[in-house]
Amino acid sequence: MPDDARDVLITGIGLVSCLGEGLDAHWDGLIAAKPIFDETTFAPYVVHPVAPINFDLQIPKKGDQRQMEPWQRIGCYAAGLALDDAGIKGNNEILSHVDMLVAAGGGERDTAVDGKILTDLRTAENPKRLLNERLLSDLRPTLSLAQLANLLAGNISIVFNVIGSSRTFMGEELAGVDALRIAAKRIAAGQSEIGLVGGAYNGQRWDILLQLAFGREALKAPYQPIWARGTEHAGIAAGSLGAFLVIESRTHAEARGARAYAKLTHIEAERCRRDTDSLEAAISRMLNAVKPRLASGESAVLSSATGAAPATPAERTALETLGTIPVRAPGSVLGHGVEAQFPLNVGLAALAISRGSLWPALDPTGFEQPWSGALKQVLVTGISAWRGEGLALVEAA
Amino acid sequence: MSKSMQDHKGRPVVAVTGIGIVTSLGIGKDDNWKKLTAGESGIHEITRFPTEGLRTRVAGTIDFIPADPLCAPALSEEFAMLAADEAIGESGIGQKGDFPGPLFVAVPPVEVEWPQRIELASATNAETIGYNELLRMAETERFAPYYERFLYRGTTERLADKLGTRGSPIALSTACASGASAIQLGVEAIQRGETDVALSIGTDGSVNTEALIRFALLSALSTSNEPPSAAPKPFAKNRDGFVMAEGAAALVLENLDHARARGAKILGVIAGCGEMADSFHRTRSSPDAKPIIGCIKNALADAGITPEDVDYINAHGTGTPENDKMEAKGVSAVLGERVRDALISSNKSMIGHTLSAAGAIEAAFSLLTIQHQRIPPTINYQVPDPEIPLDVVPNTARDAKVRYAISNSFGFGGQNVCLVLTGEPH
Repeated sequence: MPDDARDVLITGIGLVSCLGEGLDAHWDGLIAAKPIFDETTFAPYVVHPVAPINFDLQIPKKGDQRQMEPWQRIGCYAAGLALDDAGIKGNNEILSHVDMLVAAGGGERDTAVDGKILTDLRTAENPKRLLNERLLSDLRPTLSLAQLANLLAGNISIVFNVIGSSRTFMGEELAGVDALRIAAKRIAAGQSEIGLVGGAYNGQRWDILLQLAFGREALKAPYQPIWARGTEHAGIAAGSLGAFLVIESRTHAEARGARAYAKLTHIEAERCRRDTDSLEAAISRMLNAVKPRLASGESAVLSSATGAAPATPAERTALETLGTIPVRAPGSVLGHGVEAQFPLNVGLAALAISRGSLWPALDPTGFEQPWSGALKQVLVTGISAWRGEGLALVEAA
Repeated sequence: MSKSMQDHKGRPVVAVTGIGIVTSLGIGKDDNWKKLTAGESGIHEITRFPTEGLRTRVAGTIDFIPADPLCAPALSEEFAMLAADEAIGESGIGQKGDFPGPLFVAVPPVEVEWPQRIELASATNAETIGYNELLRMAETERFAPYYERFLYRGTTERLADKLGTRGSPIALSTACASGASAIQLGVEAIQRGETDVALSIGTDGSVNTEALIRFALLSALSTSNEPPSAAPKPFAKNRDGFVMAEGAAALVLENLDHARARGAKILGVIAGCGEMADSFHRTRSSPDAKPIIGCIKNALADAGITPEDVDYINAHGTGTPENDKMEAKGVSAVLGERVRDALISSNKSMIGHTLSAAGAIEAAFSLLTIQHQRIPPTINYQVPDPEIPLDVVPNTARDAKVRYAISNSFGFGGQNVCLVLTGEPH
């Protein structure tokens, strides 16, 4: 077997966000460096609303769409784009051995129902009985399925017939890192040949903003690009986005004549104890271990920084020690999609490598520097707001 | 020095060197095994929240551990810690708070729950409550602890802190197959040579008002409330749904060579894992049972055994009309003639459906079945279903020769996982 037979290639990318859908929309939007955000609908919070999507194009059955809440529709749509892009949509012979690994949070609530019940409970004579009665009459049976974390994967199986296997990792930025990490390691070790990996997030939800609010992490207006938020104006501007990748062994890709955007040559997930250890030092250790592999003048960093403090300022300090390598935080334009953010940025890294260049900086603080050159390597960071640190290296295939 | 062991695919053999179990039957694997093989039921009337107006009033809640305020992630964490402490203690690996391998945890879905929502609402003066009001309160210092509590990965992270596991811990959510998926991920990590040990846990403490009502709205639950112990009736003709339940199991997985080198007791081996997703429907199996068949066949192939080698099937056996029919169809198709000799039983007839924990708990019970050469019964089996002509070990445990057992786990969203378990290889 040749040495590179178990290389992990990225052969399909599916992206949906406020910039629209597909690779060109994202490339053009990043080059325009014009963030799309909404400061009024969820005021005082800032969100990046998903672009209008004709879901029929990837999810033809209205019945399927009705069974999903927005985060699942966004994810399902992005998964369809990735399968299309890899040229395997509808190819049941290949789909029967595609291993799916989804990073997910949880389902969406009917916030109007919650509000009405809470209001009525205030004046109820027997609140506990009222809660039972109201839940029985007001909850929609389909909604409870839309709330299960693994039902994004379940819907992808149903809509696209991806049936090799289906695994869902739950929870925040590291779920996205771990999903890609495990999928890639399985391919490298010969436990899998081809995988569909990604996630989706709907930031236009009061219930998801509630989770961020407990940690006082939801960004309040005015919008500012990620690095400009610093510690004073720290916060996560929730994005509504979906990102899926098709990754496969070189052997599998070559056998079916697939073109590759890039290869994934390194991926790791760490977990420093932020209560006692220095996050900045932990990030630096990870970066320094990979630094010798970076070619000067041909590499860049895509940061998945959330905008929350102290994690994002710590990441910035650690990245500054890397020297002159250009940095971009796509979250400034697209918002932060938590579980989906790392797969999104690995997809954008592969896209940038395949196009051989990088988009302009969007950072009034000057940390992101203008850069032009022939891009061949991208480091993708995945430093979560609360716990966990991920890092990937994407290189020309 | 002992010879290095590899399986039929040249991979390290994955042994189990520690088991911990908590269910509605009790704490600890010995107590659980004794009661399980005595045909005792852990199902009882729900008392932790009012069931007025609900058609289902029974569950396998763990009431001997206080649950006040009721909070699924907190309870799930507590059950998981009990199981993990027992498993790690038995394996004798590492030190307390210092487990030398990665962590894979099957956890129930997470969201802010009604007690907390009501607490937030009570903190405001507003007459009409909406999420605006909740958000304003959520940002006050008083509610800051709910941030970590309701992060999707929060429970898993806290377990990793307490247990001192290595690397990035993974929170699995493959519905009612989650516990089996957690084991499979640990097995694969050892097979890849990334680690010599791994800790796999399945836990579920999510029996609360809304979860019960949601499953009820899907018509999935038994409504046979009298007597509670007779509610789950897997494989019987009068089965009418599953019974929600709680519990946890932890398994210390270990490279067999590594375990032998340190003189650990080998409790069994995870010989193979199989998966296949079902693309037919969100809650129903494909009528041709192809995904179930494919999943079991994949597991047998992974273990390098044939249907003739299967002595016992630890069934998913939820007691819903749909699951048991499709599972019997799938198992019969895979086993062929062998199905007349193989035995099948459902632990859920006694402990109920422990949801995210079920795959781990039932894999643990399967290992005990092999160790004791005794098969726990399917209780509440009074009315045979002619459509399911299997020996379900009705009502009374039975001694039997069990070399290979398979443990099935199927879940909403088309999740199918099958594990092949066996004793220590010689």
